[in-house]
Amino acid sequence: MRNVIIQVRDLVAGYGEEVILDGISFDVYEGEIFVVLGGSGCGKSTLLKHLIGLIKPISGRIIIDGDDLSHSDDETFQKILRKIGVLYQSAALLGSLTLAENVALPIEEYTDLPKDSIETLVKMKLNLVNLDGYENHLPSEISGGMKKRAGLARAMALNPKILFFDEPSAGLDPVTSAGLDNLIIHLNKILGTTMVIVTHELDSIFAVAHRVIMLDKHTRGIIAEGDPRYLRDHSQNPFVSQFFNRRPDPGAGP
Amino acid sequence: MTKTTPKESQSCQYEVVDDPEKGLTIRLRGAMNAANAPGLIREFRGMLKDRDLSSLTVDLGEVTYLDDFGTLVLTELRNMAAEVKAAFKIENARNKVAQMLEVLHFDRLDRKISFEKVRPPGIFVRLGDATFRHASDLKYLISFIGSVCLSLIHVCLHPRSLRREDTFLCMQRTGVDALPIVGLISFLLGLIMAFMSSVQLQQFGANIYVASLVSLAMTRELGPIMTAIIVAGRSGSAFAAEIGTMKVSEEVDALFTMGFDPTRFLVVPKMIASVIVVPVLTLFSDLFAILGGMVVGVFILDLTASAYIDQTLKTLTLFDVFWGFFKGAIFALLIAWVGCLRGFRVTGGAASVGQATTSAVVSSIFLIILTDSVLSVILRYWG
Repeated sequence: MRNVIIQVRDLVAGYGEEVILDGISFDVYEGEIFVVLGGSGCGKSTLLKHLIGLIKPISGRIIIDGDDLSHSDDETFQKILRKIGVLYQSAALLGSLTLAENVALPIEEYTDLPKDSIETLVKMKLNLVNLDGYENHLPSEISGGMKKRAGLARAMALNPKILFFDEPSAGLDPVTSAGLDNLIIHLNKILGTTMVIVTHELDSIFAVAHRVIMLDKHTRGIIAEGDPRYLRDHSQNPFVSQFFNRRPDPGAGP
Repeated sequence: MTKTTPKESQSCQYEVVDDPEKGLTIRLRGAMNAANAPGLIREFRGMLKDRDLSSLTVDLGEVTYLDDFGTLVLTELRNMAAEVKAAFKIENARNKVAQMLEVLHFDRLDRKISFEKVRPPGIFVRLGDATFRHASDLKYLISFIGSVCLSLIHVCLHPRSLRREDTFLCMQRTGVDALPIVGLISFLLGLIMAFMSSVQLQQFGANIYVASLVSLAMTRELGPIMTAIIVAGRSGSAFAAEIGTMKVSEEVDALFTMGFDPTRFLVVPKMIASVIVVPVLTLFSDLFAILGGMVVGVFILDLTASAYIDQTLKTLTLFDVFWGFFKGAIFALLIAWVGCLRGFRVTGGAASVGQATTSAVVSSIFLIILTDSVLSVILRYWG
């Protein structure tokens, strides 16, 4: 039996009065690559924002590695934050710092490593995402794919147990995007980090996902869960099979 | 052969064996991760500091888990050995641990890495760089003036092309919303001025001239300047920040590719709105200042309100009021122009927007004071 690392129970999520996800429950197991997918506006990003604690749920519970995120005091919340790393869609590197400084930021803050060791460690982190030689570059001087990788290096700076990815392939060319997928698989294998990815890139889903959940706008809940390849070939739900086989809505287009 | 007892550093234990023939051996056990790496590094540094080493062997036989923090500990050990020219060796690494070392390029990490910031170039390079930058700024400044003039002419010839809603919104933000603060500051300024001058004028029994002093000084000089400074702080900065952020998020480029002239779309409404509302704000500023002066006149100097108003009206000519009005318009033009100019010069990210905003306010205030001096001289000699 694998350990459950994220447990979501009866989560009602939304902004203010507007409910976007109504009572969803799922588990994420330790060490797996878990993908949240769905069409536009189905609440993927909303779910992610709740999982990383940016928004408090309307009701329901989110338990991350044994700690309840939804009803946590400040101390527990900080403890949970140390266990997670997030790669934002636009990488969200601080523009005034070099890549090395960006990656070193959390390490300096949360460990008491000597300064020269931090530099070696940062070098290793950047090596791990194939960015060696770019330590002194500013985020504005590198390409989108490199920014994502640098953002990934920063997200993994403290070797968190769980990494969250918001649309990792958005805005990348297929080659770079496939490279990032490989990097995700590789890191998952060597570090055993649990990865939670929000995306709707089919190629990427089939390449990396161990298990997916699919959200739906109309039912405001989960309409499918499981292995993406199995869902593609065997799902009875018309919308699910439409999504995985990339067919348009009837009546869309000429 | 000496052997020290196993030490524990959180979940990672180690044992040091000193063999005269084989050299020093460190036997590690358990998981080497982010939690215990800093402690291990410190302990090993202390331990090996004044030690005479011939060789250092690290036995990883019982290490169950190793991540990049653990690898860092090994790198540190290797560096320490290299410092005293001792041989360094890793033994018995398990498959998974060896794989991790391979992935992290442990063998290639040995050269000393330094992230020293690139040293600033020499003075001549910087001087040249600054010259080119200022030349390019100047070039842009001139082309921006040209583009604004062309857009204004275009709007005059085709009044329907003016974005009316934007202009009204901007008038409200720049003018109506600024009224309370302009009124309050002017009122207090009139009050202070009347109060300070009354101390002097009272000695000569010239209380009534407080009214002349406040009304003349406010209408001709301080009213327009104070209003302009407040507008520069409120709206000039907002113009720069708005256009700067639009530039960063490629909205300006989007306007351009949709066939809009960004200057006509963004600058002209702001400029027209400012030129209309700032003179009106100036008038309000004059009124409130006179009111402030009157409060002091009535309650401290025992003047009647009608005498105060009468004296004010006797002092002020229509020309003074129009002169203040005119200056307000000129200042408004400057504020909108500098604010938009700085906004368009934004490149890069958030920090650049901040710089543009600061620079917009500072340059507007400087230009306001400078223009005011020039106008005073003109008025003195040609007026």
